Amino acid sequence: MKLLKNLLKSPMFVIGAGLFFGTILVALLAPLFYSVTLDRVGEQYAAPGMGHWLGTDNLGRDYISLLIMGLRSSLYVGFLAGIIATAVGTLLGIYGGFKGGWIDDLLNMLTNLFIVIPSFVVLILISASFKDGRSLTLIGLIIGATTWTWSARAVRAQSSALKSRDHIWLARINGDGTLAILVKHILPYLLSYVFMVFILQIASGILSEAAISMIGLGPLDTQSLGVILNDAKSNGALGDGVWWAFIPSTVLITMIVFALYLINTSMEGVFNPRLRK
Amino acid sequence: MPSETPIFSARDVVRVFGSGKKLVRAVDGVGFDIADGEIVSIVGGSGCGKSVLAKIMLGLYKPTSGQFLYEGHEITDQRSHWNEVQAVFQDPFSCFNQFFTIRAQLKAAFHILKDKPSKSEIDDRVDAGLLAVNVAPKDIEGKYPFELSGGQMQRMLLARIFALRPKVLIADEPTSMVDACVRANILDYLMKLKVELSMTIVFVTHDIGLAYYVSDRLFIMHEGKIVDAGTPDDVILKPTSPVTVRLLDDIPEIHKEWIKR
Amino acid sequence: MSNPTFEVEHLSLHYLTRFGEKIHAVTDVSFEMKQGEILGIAGESGCGKSTLVNGLMGLFIPPLHPTSGEVKVGGESLMNRTPQDIREHVLSRRVSMIPQGAFNALNPTRKVKDIAADVIVAHEKADRKKAYDRLGERFELFFGAEAKRILNAYPVQLTAGERQRSVIGISTLLNPEMVIADEPTSALDVSTQKIVIKMIFDLLDAGIFKSMIFITHELPLLRHVADNIAIMYAGEFVEKGTAEQIVFSPKHPYTQALMGAMLSAEPGQKSRKPVAIEGAPPSLAEAIVGCRFAARCPVARPECRQNKQELRMFADRLVRCDYAE
Repeated sequence: MKLLKNLLKSPMFVIGAGLFFGTILVALLAPLFYSVTLDRVGEQYAAPGMGHWLGTDNLGRDYISLLIMGLRSSLYVGFLAGIIATAVGTLLGIYGGFKGGWIDDLLNMLTNLFIVIPSFVVLILISASFKDGRSLTLIGLIIGATTWTWSARAVRAQSSALKSRDHIWLARINGDGTLAILVKHILPYLLSYVFMVFILQIASGILSEAAISMIGLGPLDTQSLGVILNDAKSNGALGDGVWWAFIPSTVLITMIVFALYLINTSMEGVFNPRLRK
Repeated sequence: MPSETPIFSARDVVRVFGSGKKLVRAVDGVGFDIADGEIVSIVGGSGCGKSVLAKIMLGLYKPTSGQFLYEGHEITDQRSHWNEVQAVFQDPFSCFNQFFTIRAQLKAAFHILKDKPSKSEIDDRVDAGLLAVNVAPKDIEGKYPFELSGGQMQRMLLARIFALRPKVLIADEPTSMVDACVRANILDYLMKLKVELSMTIVFVTHDIGLAYYVSDRLFIMHEGKIVDAGTPDDVILKPTSPVTVRLLDDIPEIHKEWIKR
Repeated sequence: MSNPTFEVEHLSLHYLTRFGEKIHAVTDVSFEMKQGEILGIAGESGCGKSTLVNGLMGLFIPPLHPTSGEVKVGGESLMNRTPQDIREHVLSRRVSMIPQGAFNALNPTRKVKDIAADVIVAHEKADRKKAYDRLGERFELFFGAEAKRILNAYPVQLTAGERQRSVIGISTLLNPEMVIADEPTSALDVSTQKIVIKMIFDLLDAGIFKSMIFITHELPLLRHVADNIAIMYAGEFVEKGTAEQIVFSPKHPYTQALMGAMLSAEPGQKSRKPVAIEGAPPSLAEAIVGCRFAARCPVARPECRQNKQELRMFADRLVRCDYAE
């Protein structure tokens, strides 16, 4: 509670959180106020105007509807990839850092291996190998499975630093086992940190999805902000000066990621008082 | 009745860390016996290996070579060892978990006991432990570690020992992070543990002043070895090792010449 | 030469807690320091020592605020100035601070020489290469042949003593008039402590800084380090005199209690049983009537709880107790 109060004092956090929760609210609630439809409602690339404020796409679909649906998908992918990457990374990192010895070496090697393999290339290869049935969930899973490495690294360092603290020694001579120590005596200290990592992982999930969709390897089953960009690109909207085909979607992605970075940076200041100076 | 078997008996105990060029012989061939009911202080500068030796006594580290016995047998089962051998650590701030109340953590200590007392008895013993270090139980009711000062936290660690009543206490630098004026308190409590609960105490410290008052025997440790041992008066009045002489010389004392401007 | 290098007049400081409580951490502290003087300030943790350190540098970062009073270094006032102004024009150049934990004070990702060069470059707009040369000279003063190795090392590659000496070297690079050391040796073992103190004496003798405030809770150490000692209790100075006066014939009951609680390994001292001071200092959130030490004082009289005690001359030193004997 005290933390939240401090966070709310930081203008960076308020702006970031405001923007982010704003987009989530829009994604969730917009259909209640706006008739979201994927039907053809007008001309190809009709310019923004009364009926359709942001114009229509190459199939004559309303851009606002597309953006709302795309926003939902992007957030979904971001959260899915973020949860997987953070959970896997935290589990491996916390355990390796605490255990030390050859278990740590092994997990570290695994992490380094995944870091060395360019995850974006893996993402492209896997996506490309799924000709049909490349769903949004699948993309999220792949992103999560390839980006957990840096949360693992970050958490491992913290866990390793905590393990030699006196309260861990005390917990051990109190008779707590490894699991109890990890859950009761290490994880709570890392929660704020893990949450910060989670925020960044969401941002990277959203960016990865946008990138992979942009080059045409995105989900086939739904719209997403990246898919919108891909459509604009493959139909030559960029060259024809049809700005409403790509600018709103780009702005939206940038805004979400920017908001998440703001949240992360402001939290760092509050959780780590030494940085405040 | 004090038993004949020593509480701890060490024969040529060595503990190394790392390997190759980075090999560190933290404990380098120490041998001693500590009898039941004794207070023995292990004194030395930072990095002399005294804390590693303390952790060997606690069964947290195993000796790399040599023989280390507790009551005549090797420490194989840590949990049963901790039933009888407990510890107080250096940093009172980091010793408790910030996310649980102090009382909950004092009670958690009883998990280690094989014959766990009943809930009400645990409560009674925690209260008694707190009273033993002059803290009214209601004063810490619902309090978290960060709400207390360093001196108070160090008392909580001692309250834990008074509540748990182990046979042996390993006190690993309990005074290095607290004010000079709190040290006299800690001395009182250590003496109380010895007198009232006839506890065997191994006191690891760089504070030779406190060690002088409290111990039956003093070991001076340097670079992993015990370089001087004996009663406090023997060691301090008739030091045999140059290390001891230097250590005594380096301490600023009121009546003695020290460095001058 | 007889002009005081550092003057503090009736300095009172307070800070605000998260709950909006006003804590009067320092109350009416006055003293002045002559060139070459080391003043020791001793007291329990929570007595206001650390708050006083920030106040003496004129560094007021919320929640810390000055209540009243004046701090002057070489005649120049440090009050009512922005932290920015203080950092640019006062810190390192005129007043410098040596913190307790050398590990936190040094950026672990940079070499000692880079951390040190930054200080010179930032304050004197000096050329970086020249800064390195100057560093080499200065570090040779107290590290001798080791200077090169220390300067080229990262903080983790040094021992605790080398780190703390590097910190002292860095904070005195610009020859400040005044150095405030906040428990500079508390985290070190006795042998390292001696080396660090030796270095401080050498710097003072070489005229690299002019005077020093040394804060610690170790009275035996202050006896050898300080010329004068001030004992602080609950935000106030309760006794101030020469090191010998304070240590050998303390007059204030609190100073006497501190000396009584002291443990020492000196031969012949074992028969003197140390007596702990029971109880805790009063809360500084409320206004305190009467003597602040009365509740823990072994010789307190009923009137002590009503009558405010003032610092007065007694037995050639300042004592804040009307009944001192």
